[in-house]
Amino acid sequence: MKGADYVLKRLAFAVLTVFIAVTINFALFRLAPGSAVTNLARVPHATPETRLALKRQFGLDKSRFQQYVIYLQQLAHGNLGISFANSQPVTDNLRTALINSLPMVFLGTLFAIVFGTLTGIISAWRRGTTVEGVTVTTALGFYSMPTHWLGLMLVILFAGVLPTGGMSNEFLINPSFWTHVKDLGEHILLPALTLGLVLFGEYTLIVRSAMLETLGEDYVLTARAKGLRPAAILRRHALRNALLPITTLVALSLGYIVAGAILIETVFSWPGIGRAVYDAVLQRDYPMLQGAFLVLTVSVVLCNLIADLLYFRLDPRITE
Amino acid sequence: MSVAAREPGAVIEQAPIRSRPGIVWQAIRKRPSAIVGATILGVVILGALLAPVLAPYDVHEQVGPVFGHPSWSHPVGLDDGGIDMLSLLMWGARVSLLVGFAATFVSMVIGGTIGVASGYFGGRTDTILMRITDYFLVIPDVPLMIVVAAIWGPSLFHIIIVIGILLWTSTARVIRAQVKSVRERVYVKRARALGAGHTRIVWSHVLPQVAPLLIANTVLTIAVAIFDETALAFLGLGDPSRVSLGKIIENAFQRAAISTGAWWAIVPPGLLVAAIILSCSLIGGAIEDALNPRLRVAHLAARSFRLRPLVGRGSEAV
Repeated sequence: MKGADYVLKRLAFAVLTVFIAVTINFALFRLAPGSAVTNLARVPHATPETRLALKRQFGLDKSRFQQYVIYLQQLAHGNLGISFANSQPVTDNLRTALINSLPMVFLGTLFAIVFGTLTGIISAWRRGTTVEGVTVTTALGFYSMPTHWLGLMLVILFAGVLPTGGMSNEFLINPSFWTHVKDLGEHILLPALTLGLVLFGEYTLIVRSAMLETLGEDYVLTARAKGLRPAAILRRHALRNALLPITTLVALSLGYIVAGAILIETVFSWPGIGRAVYDAVLQRDYPMLQGAFLVLTVSVVLCNLIADLLYFRLDPRITE
Repeated sequence: MSVAAREPGAVIEQAPIRSRPGIVWQAIRKRPSAIVGATILGVVILGALLAPVLAPYDVHEQVGPVFGHPSWSHPVGLDDGGIDMLSLLMWGARVSLLVGFAATFVSMVIGGTIGVASGYFGGRTDTILMRITDYFLVIPDVPLMIVVAAIWGPSLFHIIIVIGILLWTSTARVIRAQVKSVRERVYVKRARALGAGHTRIVWSHVLPQVAPLLIANTVLTIAVAIFDETALAFLGLGDPSRVSLGKIIENAFQRAAISTGAWWAIVPPGLLVAAIILSCSLIGGAIEDALNPRLRVAHLAARSFRLRPLVGRGSEAV
């Protein structure tokens, strides 16, 4: 079974990548200024008991290698240490943040995929016309703007019309379910739109060049010679084959989405994982930074794995 | 490929892809968009280089009111410290471009070496190097940059290195693919048969063929490096003693330029970054397209379909 082989290989790659990320994570933070003891156990206002417990938990008085093994064990139990900033377990902080981030990122990415694909196809199909010029210029424009700056521009444009910070109106007391949903919807609009527009530019360009490549293939010529309608050729012959490079490139843009989320959540004070990274950097909250980096890396690796499997589903020929 | 070459037994040599360095200039000259990009980039670089001469004011000196409006003496207004924005932009572009170019140089050296070594030697070297590249490709750049920069401390040198050592992956892969195909060309094999060593083959046969692709990649990487610098600066990880475009945006954001209504403190630096990234994308894209002959053929396009269905292959030349 070659297919099973491929799936197993991708799985092994993903597991190994996560393992390497964990190791980088461990090594990097041991290089942080100040010894590991002062770093990990430096939780402010911690009682000596907590400090001692942390020291024992992470084996901070033992050798580097033992520390590494202990770190892996603690990680397997979901223990990422305690945040310097609010003295809460990092895992709990990150869980809340991740749950907050997901809807915003999902909405923005969905917007970008839908509109980016449509515009990309139209742009390739209308090659050599004004439509192509306009779509490509627009896409390049959004692609070129620094993400956080685009967010700030939307803040300037929509200030007063839409909420520009936070996730919900804190002054709503006991709102009904629908008021709450409407409030959340209003707050999510600008951050999601920012992410959507930035990714829209990238996806349009990706889909356009993938489509242009497939439109130059001989099977498109054959399909035309058979007298098929252009819409059918576009959808069944060109787009279907263009889906392969699109899947790969969209998977590779995940790092870009993560970067976008960090910047956008900072601009809009969205209490998600990106904002957690920003706060951790500002306050030099190393355990949080370490945890957030791990969560971000693992989610990107996971999404890449999904893309790989999807790729296999789309094109069973590839078994490498 | 002539008909004579198709005689039985004759070796059909592939027409070499036109990839002499001259193609870069051709590609830029032929495309209006690339010319626009090159012009914008040229103007920005010139302005940045001549900042010590051209900048109307000192960037450490308060020359007017806080968030002063744009006026004849200050065409882009003043920032939160009453410093002339135009002068700031020129000095900021200087630092941003420096980071962009230096980080790109670092990543081109790494990516080029890995790509050439991997494609040229093949075998186990290739497997190992590409595995490493795959890991770097998957791990998200910006969070890793943030972590390293936060731990290492903010300074211009650190930022250049941090960005440089994370941006080489796509270059390595693109170069590897090209080197692999160049290695199999007949003239390389002949050179090897004549006793040329690895160094000589790489320097005088492989690199010149890969150069245009490397240039396209360099230009595109400069754009990413400048974006990353802006992002790091925005997150407070920029060199506190140097004004870069990213730093100007961060500063304006932190000092509430938006709620004060001082749009001139925040719109121009972002536009300048966007202009630099846009022109790099236009130039790099033009070179890449020129190197990819597959993009020149379209069997189906709205224009050709209506005007002259099924006439000729390169039917976009209406």
